[in-house]
Amino acid sequence: MEMPVPDPTVVAKKSQIVSLLKKVLPADAVIADEAETRAYECDALTAYRCPPLAVVLPASTEEVAEVLKICHREGVPVVPRGSGTSLAGGALPTADSVILGVARMNDVLETDYDNRFIRVQTGRTNLSVTGAVEEDGFFYAPDPSSQLACAIAGNIAMNSGGAHCLKYGVTTNNLMGVKLVLMDGTITEIGGAHLDAPGYDLLGLICGSEGQLGVVTEATLRILPKPEGARPVLMGFDDSEVAGACVADIIKAGVLPVAIEFMDKLCIQTSENFAQAGYPDCEALLIVEVEGSEAEIDEQLGVILQIARKHDPVELRESTSPEESAKIWLGRKSAFGAIGQIADYMCLDGTIPVSSLPHVLRRIGELSTEYGLQVGNVFHAGDGNMHPLILFDANKPGDLEKCEALGADILRLCVEVGGCLTGEHGVGIEKRDLMHDQFDPVDMELQMRVKDVFDPAWLLNPAKVFPLATTAPRRDGNARAA
Amino acid sequence: MLAPETEAELAAIVTAATGPLRVVGGGTQPIGAPVTGELLSTAQLTGISLYESGALTIVAQAGTPLEDITAALDGENQRLPFEPMDYRPLLGTGTTPAPGGTGQPTIGGTVAANASGPRRIQAGACRDSLIGVRFVDGSGDIIKNGGRVMKNVTGYDLVKLMAGSRGTLGILTEVAFKVLPGIAASATLRATGLKDAQAIALLSKALGSPFEVSGAAHDATGPDPVTLIRLEGFDASVAYRTEQLTKLLSPLADITVDTGLTRVAYTWRSIRDAVPLADRDGDVWRISVKPSDGPQVAVRLGPVPRLYDWGGGLVSVLVAPGSDVRTKLQGLSGHATLIRASDATRAVIPPFHPEPAAIAQLSQGLRQQFDPRQILNPGLMA
Repeated sequence: MEMPVPDPTVVAKKSQIVSLLKKVLPADAVIADEAETRAYECDALTAYRCPPLAVVLPASTEEVAEVLKICHREGVPVVPRGSGTSLAGGALPTADSVILGVARMNDVLETDYDNRFIRVQTGRTNLSVTGAVEEDGFFYAPDPSSQLACAIAGNIAMNSGGAHCLKYGVTTNNLMGVKLVLMDGTITEIGGAHLDAPGYDLLGLICGSEGQLGVVTEATLRILPKPEGARPVLMGFDDSEVAGACVADIIKAGVLPVAIEFMDKLCIQTSENFAQAGYPDCEALLIVEVEGSEAEIDEQLGVILQIARKHDPVELRESTSPEESAKIWLGRKSAFGAIGQIADYMCLDGTIPVSSLPHVLRRIGELSTEYGLQVGNVFHAGDGNMHPLILFDANKPGDLEKCEALGADILRLCVEVGGCLTGEHGVGIEKRDLMHDQFDPVDMELQMRVKDVFDPAWLLNPAKVFPLATTAPRRDGNARAA
Repeated sequence: MLAPETEAELAAIVTAATGPLRVVGGGTQPIGAPVTGELLSTAQLTGISLYESGALTIVAQAGTPLEDITAALDGENQRLPFEPMDYRPLLGTGTTPAPGGTGQPTIGGTVAANASGPRRIQAGACRDSLIGVRFVDGSGDIIKNGGRVMKNVTGYDLVKLMAGSRGTLGILTEVAFKVLPGIAASATLRATGLKDAQAIALLSKALGSPFEVSGAAHDATGPDPVTLIRLEGFDASVAYRTEQLTKLLSPLADITVDTGLTRVAYTWRSIRDAVPLADRDGDVWRISVKPSDGPQVAVRLGPVPRLYDWGGGLVSVLVAPGSDVRTKLQGLSGHATLIRASDATRAVIPPFHPEPAAIAQLSQGLRQQFDPRQILNPGLMA
């Protein structure tokens, strides 16, 4: 992946910029030493690294505003960062940029059970939001796999999903309000504890804008009462297409499970070798989970099992205890780690219409053979959000490039069948150059004009989302007047 | 009146336009400041382009009547999650739609108004189910955003931005939704005679329980207030949750239970459409606040007829013509929309809540980018 050439004038005035930042932040909140900035040289897309000019770790919205004012005035690009768990390179710095990390801002500001919301600073991790309310019987629904580490700031930037969004929606459906600092330092509030402000839905626009429109420092999040219980069932099939048909039949039957997860043979075997969850040796596996009281779970699983039986499963295992439930989930949750044990891998995130599943799985198999790289499939089947894992060897010259080319072909396939490039990870730098495959120039032009409004000088995370050649005139300071 | 039959025709019309356009679909929700301009109807852009029940997805042309969508979904026992209201009785627009309107709510108009009913608190607003749009912007360019899959973070989410933008950023030509399975059973839990604050406390208690409440309303439009809580789902599940919730709420109020799909639907249609405020003289406001602030609205406005939905967070009130509701609500966070009033009143009192300066500036900036000539419904929203 190409990154823009750092602006030499910005790099040349590093010491001046750092001393300006030190005037508005405590000394330990500005990192400029080259050895220390290296800790911020990449996010979870580790194939690409570049130490930033400096790193700032503000502790309040006001400090964020001061930092942005300085960077705005000095023309310094700013790359906002949550916990740095982006798989798409959303927090990858350039050498002329300041990383603005929100990690120190992790307080719970307000918890309101009567009105069912929590207000937090956005450096707080996803799981610790639920942690703050679960003793009182509530939870925060979006549950990305990285939830132990990832920050709400990043969740909002990428509009993160998770395994349970079939029922509860993704971040944007659970976000009620934000405090947003614009690139010029203006502090604004959008939404709050009340619903659906009239006027344009700026909240919906901010969510998923990959840190390009403003820095979100506080968020009002919807919390939900915890269901009484949940129970998964595991189904094994000797044909992926049959598993896909089973998913469609379950959905058509009127049951809405909280999760329907799919794994293919490579992922089943690899995770079984790694985690010994007791998975059957078969072509495709589904984990279907439903929620409610015991009686409600029985009722829903009754319908689901009846449908599953019609598709001749090689295995049908309903959990009968919390231990068994944990074991059913263990293999799925270990899948990425297990693949990581046997090879380097790249995790894709395209979404497809559920009806195209058999076709897409077949084509991925063919592409895998053509490229000579193995591909494992593990994904959220209920909503068509795929996570093909391409296995490669980072030490083998040319393998990463081959892997990226195969990944691009798979994502083009997703678009071709009516889907999209990314379902929950974001575009970042990873899928930037594929945007032309999903959007016409006018579509992208209008999106870029949105950024012109919020950040006319294109200083916020400017090298992401859109193809570099497309954004070059704007990044070079020729942005249209907002 | 301009009435294009295809997206391309619509784009050509907008490109060639030399003055303001007044966009209309069914003309059943003419909320906003009066607009002058050449009438442009989307009613000829009709048809369901794709419906995959196994993928919970429907895509339709913007002018498709809402009832065609509902009928198609009914056929597969599915539904729109957000329960859009039908304001024809309240606004009198069934018999007298806005100029150029068909008097039939359209799916595009539903999106343009982000129309969301009682299930908003459980299933989200219209914008939460909307997964894709096509529209013609103010320059006449055909734009697409989102698509037909329910998880999509590719590029900026202009889908949400279009929902509720009332034809001022672009004219919708096609909309795509995530839908939900239909329901097998439903029940309404009912309490009578509660004061507003007691009623909202009861609703909060229900909404804070794990029993998946899909409607929480309080009707104080007359002398005998009624508090209503809805449960929906499979038979055994609704029966179980009804029993549990009744047990939970009994210390706070005497609860009676209505069952039967038709009867429950009738009750909630009335809440959804604010029927108790129809056929009564006066202005109607729709006020959105934090649910626990709901009762404050009645304190500030006095004992006006009022209908609480969304657990108390949405208050529809009937007030004397020309009442300055916003001034009385000052200090409460939230917003008030004037949804029914004479043209004269709507020319004096801005129908939409004024935005803080920084937000207004961003909104104006967006409007300038999407419609540089300011020809789409000028003046409607600000």
